[in-house]
Amino acid sequence: MAELDLASFFLALLAGAIRVGTPFIFVSLGECLTEKSGRINLGLEGILITGAMSGYALACLTGSPWSGVFAAGCAGLLLGLLHGIVCSLPRVNDIAFGIALILFGTGLAFFLGKSFIQPQAPMLPAIMLGAWSDDERVRSALSINVLFFIGVALAVVLHWGLRSTRWGLMLRLVGEHAESAHALGYRPVLVRIGATATGGFLAGVGGAYLSLYYPGSWNEGLSSGQGLMAVALVIFARWQPLRCLWAALLFGAAGAIGPALQAVGISAGYYLFSAAPYILTLLVMFVTCRPNRTLNGAPGELSLTR
Amino acid sequence: MNRLPLLPRTIRTALPALPTLLALVSSFLLFMLFLGVQGKPSWEACRLVFEGAFGSVFAWENTLQRAAPLMLTALCVALPAHAGLIIIGGEGALVLGALAAAVLPRIVPGLAPLPMLLGMGCVSMLAGGLWIGINGWMRQKRGLNETIGSLLLSYIAIALFNQLVEGPLRDPASLNKPSTPPLAEDYLIGPLSESFQVHWGLVAGVLACVLAHVLVRYSVTGFSLRIVGGNVRTARMVGLPVDRLVLLTCVLGGACAGLAGMFEVSAVQGSANAALIAGYGVSGILVAFAARHNPPGIIVCAILLGGIEASGSLLQRRLGLPDATTLILEGLLFTNLLAWEALWGRIGRWRLYLGERYERRYAMEAQHG
Repeated sequence: MAELDLASFFLALLAGAIRVGTPFIFVSLGECLTEKSGRINLGLEGILITGAMSGYALACLTGSPWSGVFAAGCAGLLLGLLHGIVCSLPRVNDIAFGIALILFGTGLAFFLGKSFIQPQAPMLPAIMLGAWSDDERVRSALSINVLFFIGVALAVVLHWGLRSTRWGLMLRLVGEHAESAHALGYRPVLVRIGATATGGFLAGVGGAYLSLYYPGSWNEGLSSGQGLMAVALVIFARWQPLRCLWAALLFGAAGAIGPALQAVGISAGYYLFSAAPYILTLLVMFVTCRPNRTLNGAPGELSLTR
Repeated sequence: MNRLPLLPRTIRTALPALPTLLALVSSFLLFMLFLGVQGKPSWEACRLVFEGAFGSVFAWENTLQRAAPLMLTALCVALPAHAGLIIIGGEGALVLGALAAAVLPRIVPGLAPLPMLLGMGCVSMLAGGLWIGINGWMRQKRGLNETIGSLLLSYIAIALFNQLVEGPLRDPASLNKPSTPPLAEDYLIGPLSESFQVHWGLVAGVLACVLAHVLVRYSVTGFSLRIVGGNVRTARMVGLPVDRLVLLTCVLGGACAGLAGMFEVSAVQGSANAALIAGYGVSGILVAFAARHNPPGIIVCAILLGGIEASGSLLQRRLGLPDATTLILEGLLFTNLLAWEALWGRIGRWRLYLGERYERRYAMEAQHG
């Protein structure tokens, strides 16, 4: 009996890592891109919630979940653009504006999303990879959302793009040393605005995953700090898109511990287990950070590490 | 400089408030635009915000009741900010302080009301101070970014709070709203007076702001703190105990937030339950930034923001607007405040210009006369 329980626990954990980790992939890739350009956007949390709301709302209105995903991305793009432009003004602190954006995005989503709490929107489709198995648990664990595969592909593309394309190198140069980028004829401010807006788009898509697939509804307690954890996650992943992917899955697994334990009948300490991702983030940062030394791969212009 | 005539002198002193005023105006304009676009009565909504905040004695009571914890949670942001830290985890310190205060009567029962209340205040400050202190320690020890760290700690604190309130500390009688056992009648904090129903937390908040002002402005510690906040390398070079100073601000700030939790328990809720997680931490961040981390400014900004939050129910009742309306207004205020911050460089130049112009005129008058 105990063996069986362990098997289903790990299966639930694996499934949870993918299910809970997918929004982390998008948000952390977006944050990675933004931070590579030398800015930090703490407002991704607000963008995520706005994305979740607008995605759900549009999916409700049009009946197509993919238009919802697109709308969520566009909403994120707009908020990212706002962050990018305002932080380009002199003396505006990007961390502080990020906090403001959390408040603003949350307010916007709660206000406009009030009428969408009741209706049911069409959900994003999942791919049944477990159709070969007779076991119900295996099948449900292996029904994986399309956005997960898009996220994986995106991580690979970004990894390649930042490493070996012209725009990738330019982005990294802007983040590393804005003055040299300027001397080469690039315009750091525009690059940063673009990177923040793109990051916002990705975070918005991550939000749409939350409301349109898992947990799969729109309500005011939907997000639990995924946007903020993504910032820590990017530090953990040392600003590398592929590592972001692994880190996102790890965080997803940490977030799935509570539900996985519940699946095998252990429900004591549910709140504590739900805090596992935060504790993991904190531990990881505590172990990997060092005072008086910049981390490997940290963009030189980042206010976070200076 | 003292020879400046009255008008330019007033302009010079008032100029630093300009960005805040502009932010107030622009965010209310945007708020009206936001409502107007959706066909909602925008002018009426703004009027109701003021009526709900400052329109009557009842509104004032409501406003000040909300302003009290905001002053304390804002200090949790502002004090560390003087040492150059952005700490946004006040909510966690508040709930832990509240929990500590609610639990104390169970551990040491049968104390007289006054010592018990003092004890509750002490343990709540201890809990809050410890929580933010951990944060400061992690930053100084390991270079862990304090903004993210404080937020994570805040989430952990809330999870801990929920676990304890729904588990071992739960009052079996609280069925659908898990709470700790209610405080005895003697241990509840009453209003300042019968005709003005605001609890003593307001006095504590104002007092804390005044003390913080004295600390930051007039003490040697405050002076060294400003050096640490201005340039850590300089501070280390002249031999200031940087780590200790940073830790001190964190512990003091956390203690303030914890105290806010104690007042919420003993003056408003009567027990520790999930209603405590009402966003005082987040609003406190906004208050601190709006006041530019200046303690006397915090008093004013906390009352303003408390007013906005107090008007929420009136907006809901009269116009049928969702309760997130005040959240929108707060978000607009915060973003606008930071955006107008861009004006600061120019304000410095204007102030210099005003001064120089009159200097020059006086110099000329002195020559010719």
